[in-house]
Amino acid sequence: MSDALPTAGPLRDRRTILAGPILAGLILAGLAALPLLGAFGADSYVLLLVTRVMIFAIAAISLDLILGYGALVSFGHAAFMGIGAYAVGILATHGIEDLLAQAGVAILVSAGFAALTGAISLRTKGVYFIMITLAFGQMAFFLAVSLAAYGGDDGLTIARRSTVLGAEWLGNATIFYYLVLAVLAATLLACRALVASRFGRVLRGTRENPVRMRSIGFEPFRYQLTAYVISGAICGLSGVLIANQTNFISPAYMAWQRSGELIVMVVLGGMGTLIGPLIGALAYLLIEEWLAGITEHWKMIFGPLLILVVLYARGGLVGAITRITGGRHG
Amino acid sequence: MTLLSVQTLNGLQLGVLLFLVAAGLTLVFGVMDFINLAHGVQFMIGAYLAAMFTALTDNFFLGLGLALPAALTLGLALEWLVFRHLYARDHLDQVLATFGIILFLNQAVKFVWGAAPLSVPVPALLSGSIQLMEGLRYPIYRLAVIGSGIAVALLLSLLVSRTRIGMLVRAGAANAPMVSALGVDIGRLFMLVFGFGAMLAGFAGAMVAPLVSVEPGMGDNLLILTFVVIVIGGIGSVRGAFIAALLVGLVDTLGRAFAPPLLRLFLDASAASQTGRALAPMLIYILMATVLFFRPAGLFPVRR
Repeated sequence: MSDALPTAGPLRDRRTILAGPILAGLILAGLAALPLLGAFGADSYVLLLVTRVMIFAIAAISLDLILGYGALVSFGHAAFMGIGAYAVGILATHGIEDLLAQAGVAILVSAGFAALTGAISLRTKGVYFIMITLAFGQMAFFLAVSLAAYGGDDGLTIARRSTVLGAEWLGNATIFYYLVLAVLAATLLACRALVASRFGRVLRGTRENPVRMRSIGFEPFRYQLTAYVISGAICGLSGVLIANQTNFISPAYMAWQRSGELIVMVVLGGMGTLIGPLIGALAYLLIEEWLAGITEHWKMIFGPLLILVVLYARGGLVGAITRITGGRHG
Repeated sequence: MTLLSVQTLNGLQLGVLLFLVAAGLTLVFGVMDFINLAHGVQFMIGAYLAAMFTALTDNFFLGLGLALPAALTLGLALEWLVFRHLYARDHLDQVLATFGIILFLNQAVKFVWGAAPLSVPVPALLSGSIQLMEGLRYPIYRLAVIGSGIAVALLLSLLVSRTRIGMLVRAGAANAPMVSALGVDIGRLFMLVFGFGAMLAGFAGAMVAPLVSVEPGMGDNLLILTFVVIVIGGIGSVRGAFIAALLVGLVDTLGRAFAPPLLRLFLDASAASQTGRALAPMLIYILMATVLFFRPAGLFPVRR
């Protein structure tokens, strides 16, 4: 039996590190133009939905950093999103409503949790890694459930959105939309710079062949752990945003099904491409929204759809786009 | 002392239950290198089938007898439809596709049986409780669950260690391509192991149906516990699964019952109950992390 970790499959050969910088630009420009179309009121449903899509895209991109580029299948990534959300909720309860302070704490705690759990998880390989990250995710989940002072099982409503330097700008849906867009764009750029750097090349090397990396003098563990911590920190930041959007936190953010959904977004879009998770998050949430409008039993359609995607659409949506356009990006 | 005995029995009961589900999972993983998230929903289906057939026949044992072949059939159908196309894929694909099955089946039971929990009456033959010792009465049905779980465990270990099929399963777990090269139809072996695992999970579900409320998603949390069990035990090892299942069952049950009072020795009452409630559900995950830290392949790693 091989311990071969899932890798990007066919994408591996195509070197899609820079997959679709044009595509990324187009999508970001489209997202930036959306509120300007004016067809939607300031508080419109579409704006809220797209904001949610972008927040999940940030989380999915952070997961792609380790899943797509490091072949580390983290099945507990939702925990980081939950940590970010709880940082907002807990600090707000104690009167600290400044976004920067909340984001700072969220990033620090997520990174700390990632460093601690990553150091243990990365001792294992393959399916054990999947299981142990799942277990740590569940630990965070049960910890949140036990926080009776902060709503326990039922969750906690946050009175208002975070403030920026004392001002309540984020209450405005359009401003919040652009804040999320800015974080998304920054995440994409930072992750692209990261995977294109020497660090990123070493990380991809550990994905392809850890033994060879070790023999040429790179200890995979250090690079994988660093990537895991960065990924966790970014995902924590997405949690700050989701708590602000919904004004509500609950352990459900950390449920293992949520971690599964994040993996689905990454793979559906195309892992190891960075733009893939964005497309995947968009597709996942729009399909969910659309099917849920048709029937309350939408999961009976979505489940088989997911199986078909896994069986027949390798490389995800980005893979399909590259095939259709015949382009060889990068 | 009485409380300790009762909780130990409850822990044993959870343990054998976990073993019934984990045995199939660990065999499927060991022999086919296949990670099956949908094993938890097979447990749920077992409970639903038992509930349905019990209601139809008005007899729990008849219901159980009908639920088992039905669970087996469903397992084989899933294997034929989905799983066999995934054996050659990597773990990530397997995780995703079986996640899709969970989404589908959790919703499908809501569609078929409704979202409201079903309840199954404890069979009259096994109702009531008996006196185990001074001041300790324990429900007969729960004892029956423990007994049947241990019986199945013994049967399974005989099956795996003493029969030809068991020999092939062990050989398959050690080196599947070699077994295939020796002329064994590995596809049939996979299907057999898979169907058997699904039936064991279904059996576990049917057995607990009278003790819990049968509801959509009931398999999800159990699935995670089962993963903890097979990882602690060492993936592919039935013996490891048995020991780890009892360990996890006992640690979880006793932890929930005794963490707050034990902490009271060190902390004041409210802090103790607070920390205890937070700590207790996390204990098994801490146990798992500790085991994996020292033995990254579990307590009984299968040699490959």
